[in-house]
Amino acid sequence: MQTLRLTAEEERMLGGQDGDGVALAMRVIVSLARIADAPRLVEITSAHVDSCLYHGQVSLDFAHRLVDLGAKVRVPTTLNVGSIDLIHPELVRDRDLGVAGRELMSAYVALGCAPTFTCAPYQLPDRPGLGEHVAWAESNAIVFANSVLGARTDRYGDFVDICAAVTGRAPYSGLQTTEARRGTVTFDCRPLGDRFLRSELAYPLLGHHVGSVVGGEIPVLVGIPEDVSEDELKAFGAAAASAGGVALFHAVGVTPEAPTLDDALELPVRVLDPETMRQTRRTLSTFSSGGLDAVSVGTPHASYSECVRLADLLKDGPALRTAFYLSTGRGTRALAEESGVLQTLEAAGVTVVVDTCTYVTSILSPAWKNVMTNSGKWAHYAPGNINVSAVLGSLEECVASARAGHVVLDEA
Amino acid sequence: MITARTLTSGTASGDVIRLTAPLSFWGGTDEHGRIIDAHHPQCGALLAGRVLIMECGRGSSSASSVLAEQIRAHTAPAAIILARPDTIIALGALIAHELYNLSTPVVVVDGPPYDDLPAVGRLLVDAGSAGAVVSALVH
Repeated sequence: MQTLRLTAEEERMLGGQDGDGVALAMRVIVSLARIADAPRLVEITSAHVDSCLYHGQVSLDFAHRLVDLGAKVRVPTTLNVGSIDLIHPELVRDRDLGVAGRELMSAYVALGCAPTFTCAPYQLPDRPGLGEHVAWAESNAIVFANSVLGARTDRYGDFVDICAAVTGRAPYSGLQTTEARRGTVTFDCRPLGDRFLRSELAYPLLGHHVGSVVGGEIPVLVGIPEDVSEDELKAFGAAAASAGGVALFHAVGVTPEAPTLDDALELPVRVLDPETMRQTRRTLSTFSSGGLDAVSVGTPHASYSECVRLADLLKDGPALRTAFYLSTGRGTRALAEESGVLQTLEAAGVTVVVDTCTYVTSILSPAWKNVMTNSGKWAHYAPGNINVSAVLGSLEECVASARAGHVVLDEA
Repeated sequence: MITARTLTSGTASGDVIRLTAPLSFWGGTDEHGRIIDAHHPQCGALLAGRVLIMECGRGSSSASSVLAEQIRAHTAPAAIILARPDTIIALGALIAHELYNLSTPVVVVDGPPYDDLPAVGRLLVDAGSAGAVVSALVH
């Protein structure tokens, strides 16, 4: 056990000189630092807050207490998804959840957080850079910040995220420290072949598999093409974080803190093969029989280029026969509206959901049983959260299936 | 009597429930404090008012909110004994104390003494800022 050392300014915050709201937030950060055995706190440059998703009366009580005590965030702070689409509130079927969800989202805006309401804050301007200490919540945002941006955040969640934003501090422990960030096990993807590694589905499948087997280790990927897109790394990280709590990965030749190929191959190496990927795809598809009721894409929130890709696929061709949802951030939706992409999507019958996501609130009809997605994360969580069977497919397969009214896959 | 490390302070006693597998409060328990995770070997067991012994929590950080909500509704465990520190669980108890002044002791007993904790009977958990003790209560 180490002794936690606070600076004079941190002691003043704890003592209430910056107000009772800051003191409450500092008590939480200091308690957490003691539990994590941190030697000190670290100043953060930004925060991303997930506490704006409603989990019960306590969610509201905590936010209102901070507001009543005069707390304000002291670093730029973005907000994760809430329980309601504030632009299309009618999409949420549970009225009471809608009311509480809206009240909670407003309280966090009152604390000074930016009303971004997206699980992909790394798609916004002013994202953190290499070596920057931040306090981000939401597992997919955490793994993206650490791995792709090289910023430093530990796994923060409910209550802590906003306390870090209000104090501008986080415990100096976990992935904030250099020692904890080194890769510990290598996954050699080269046997999967270039064609597979350049396909969209490679990333949710790899992510789910690596997340499922990696335990507490930090994975290093070998063989990922150097021109892999951020959207593909997003899909990998989100699936790895939901299947197994991965908060940091490295990809040799791609991510900023990755080791060299030689150093990666000095670690324990697991060699991946195509059969494992086929098996992972079967694991993520709980769909057994019946027609297709809906398609949901955009988990984590679709980037602007993903919106464009979907619009291109839908521009010509047969009409959609099943409901089709795309979740995205309100910022991306605004860009799509400006360029006409939004109008193309809506004209084709796509429901564009913002501020929330289809697997965390009541948007899909309770009567729907079989839902297709291109997201490993959605396929992992939706069966438990909203009682549906999922089938995983590429965006092209999702579009072809929605047009046919039943699942159409390119390959069995 | 076993000594323990305090994560959150408080004094509480209750019948023991010792879990054989980690549990996520989020998605794994309901608002009445019952285990509803179909994959958990003790699915259906009631945690409310009992001294919960488990090695560690599992899964989403939303478990902090779920535990704090159960403490508010008086359907949470009376005390929690872990084998290693778990910030997500401790945070749930910490926030409930800040908001509702309700104390739920969360302590860590590591090494062989954890294995020696009983699976039945009543336990008293007395956790202060300097340290905690866990002792058996005779009916």
